[in-house]
Amino acid sequence: MYEKHLMICGATGCLSSNSGKVKEALEAELARRGIKEKYRLVMAGCVGFCEVGPIIVIYPDEVFYCRLKPGDMAELVEKHLIGGEVVERLLYTSPDVEVPGRFYDTIPFYRKQVFNVLRNSGIIDPEIIDEYIMRGGYRAFSRALKMERPQICDEVKRAGLRGRGGAGFPTGMKWEFTMIAPGEKKYVVCNADEGDPGAFMDRSILEGDPHAVIEGMLICGRAIGADEGYIYCRAEYPLAIKRLRIAIAQAEEYGLLGENILASGFNFHLNIKEGAGAFVCGEETALLASIEGKRGMPRPRPPFPAVSGLFGKPTCINNVETFANIPLILREGGVEEFASIGTESSKGTKVFALAGKIRNTGLCEVPMGITIREVIFDVGGGVQGDREFKAVQAGGPSGGCIPAELLDLPIDYDSLTKAGAIMGSGGLVVMDDRTCMVDLARYFLSFTQKESCGKCIPCREGTKRMLEILERICDGSGEPADLDTLESLAFSIKDSALCGLGQTCPNPILSTIRYFRHEYEEHINEQFCRAGVCKALFQYYIDPETCIGCTRCARVCPVSAISGEKKEVHAIDQSLCTRCGSCVEVCPKNSIQITRVRRKADVSS
Amino acid sequence: MGNQAEGSALNGELDLSQVDALVEPYLDKQGVVIPVLQKIQEHYGYLPRPALERAARRLRIPLSRLYGVATFYAQFKMMPRGRNIIRVCKGTACHIQGGSKIAERIEEILKIKVNETTPDMKFTLEEVACIGACALAPVMMINDEPHGRLTPDKIKKILASYE
Repeated sequence: MYEKHLMICGATGCLSSNSGKVKEALEAELARRGIKEKYRLVMAGCVGFCEVGPIIVIYPDEVFYCRLKPGDMAELVEKHLIGGEVVERLLYTSPDVEVPGRFYDTIPFYRKQVFNVLRNSGIIDPEIIDEYIMRGGYRAFSRALKMERPQICDEVKRAGLRGRGGAGFPTGMKWEFTMIAPGEKKYVVCNADEGDPGAFMDRSILEGDPHAVIEGMLICGRAIGADEGYIYCRAEYPLAIKRLRIAIAQAEEYGLLGENILASGFNFHLNIKEGAGAFVCGEETALLASIEGKRGMPRPRPPFPAVSGLFGKPTCINNVETFANIPLILREGGVEEFASIGTESSKGTKVFALAGKIRNTGLCEVPMGITIREVIFDVGGGVQGDREFKAVQAGGPSGGCIPAELLDLPIDYDSLTKAGAIMGSGGLVVMDDRTCMVDLARYFLSFTQKESCGKCIPCREGTKRMLEILERICDGSGEPADLDTLESLAFSIKDSALCGLGQTCPNPILSTIRYFRHEYEEHINEQFCRAGVCKALFQYYIDPETCIGCTRCARVCPVSAISGEKKEVHAIDQSLCTRCGSCVEVCPKNSIQITRVRRKADVSS
Repeated sequence: MGNQAEGSALNGELDLSQVDALVEPYLDKQGVVIPVLQKIQEHYGYLPRPALERAARRLRIPLSRLYGVATFYAQFKMMPRGRNIIRVCKGTACHIQGGSKIAERIEEILKIKVNETTPDMKFTLEEVACIGACALAPVMMINDEPHGRLTPDKIKKILASYE
């Protein structure tokens, strides 16, 4: 028997901040003291709070340690594991918390969260099926085995679950269409091709709780009458793929996958397909083409995959998070419980990835209907460095920006769409006054332009033309007519592109023009980028009032454009400055400021 | 370009007998093109043309189809790559935290552009859509090692630690 379980967050965020080394140091310390067998160390799934990683949660004490370094492990073992006292120094602290946070209830980041989809992440060992089963896993599936097919679809419909991948189509209806489609052979496909930059929800679910997705797919297979499934996962997610493989092998060993499952006569086989890096494969018909081994190009619908999908057979495609919700709905009383959370049109919870200029970056799960303000300021802790909140980008390259005046908007599918953004898969990227909205639109367009598959002309040519205009504006050669041209191009692409990705790629432009038109106008008419991003449209100067002559900026400047004696005010030679911003990063007094570019005429006078 | 010279030299010594073994498990199956290309790339580090020709013959799939698929997906490389692969994240979070400055600085130091390899085959510089380590933006990966919370002036030291 173990005295304590130590859950070390082993998700990509914490691994990147060195949780592997922390685990090694902990193991070495336990071995040195000869007490290794008393404690169980688990590389667990995502705990969510990436900002303060690496994280260890100790059970049953429920103590949350964060920002750990390998050198902290000796003290942790000595004081907590042996001495039984909490190491205050390693607890979560923040300016807005009076009592250092011990566990989820006291840490503001966790207070408004509801753990449904992430119910097991960070709590179980994702590589051991028994731990999933102990937490009620596969119970919903065995219940579904005893139900009639239409009854299963009906429960999913009544719960009000909508697709978590972007468009929010009612899941139960999709299942029903596939169920009634004629055909002996049918497929279940899980879309794990999470391609939106700034989004890592699906990866965290797969890494932290792979069996929840498998169980969801099994229930779907049972409901629609499919005997085979595919999980299409990005090859860039090696850990997720590894854990899925382990989970599938264990489920097969337990007779939960394969022939005649639990002696019910139901057969189901599951395959993993590794994607090869193409954003367009997130679109369902392109994804199916890719599984078939072709170029991942979309095709017109109808026929919808429910009628003619993978290899021409009826196919039900859902996203990772959608499947992970299914076991909750299909358990006894699950429908009512699921539908009790959320708004009229959007039920349940949604997992969001918080990133950008937000204090608490990480993964969170919140009830639908919560306001954007609560997510950004209560869960997310507000803007980094207390700078001014400018906007939040929701839905990636298909989504849009939500400005400060809409912070009290409740998060549900319809209100986000109305505001010009989309729920998308759940990436929320926060921007402050140093983010240029024109540059942001240019960034997204350069992404969609590169990723456009080239099949239809509106997307292939339209993204190129829109990108050219945006680049011109960012370079300072924008023309007053550009805004109208952009808008009219954007609307024609929305109307005429072949697939969902093409139709939504103008969204970042339309929403930034809608809410930040003045920034575009400033770029075009005044050649000024107030955020200090578009290099041709601003220059740096050193504020003589606040400069203390510490010389840091001069030392860090890669082109030696800054001069000045120690303890004297420094100056920037504009003819050398490349506006790389290195000086801004190191200035302790915030003395490096942005100003309009002085024209030649002004300089010579 | 140094790359091409290097590439053709490698092609000269290419052991193609491996291709048959790599392709073997996929004969007479459907939807095999991507996994076959992934296997070939795993073995050779990129997709050498002679290997594709041989695989196409074995699989009885036109070379044009293999080529069409290979050039469609970002994962597949048609040129040999360096010993160390630098992947600079181009995700939204990294972009607004100054990610483009990171790639620029690497380009300056290594004197190559994105998707190029240094003449000594030490580094290949690539960009990826998102690594998913947004909390540590801006981020890059060198081989399988992530480096986070980067600033341009940290780059030189990091690159120097690779052989």
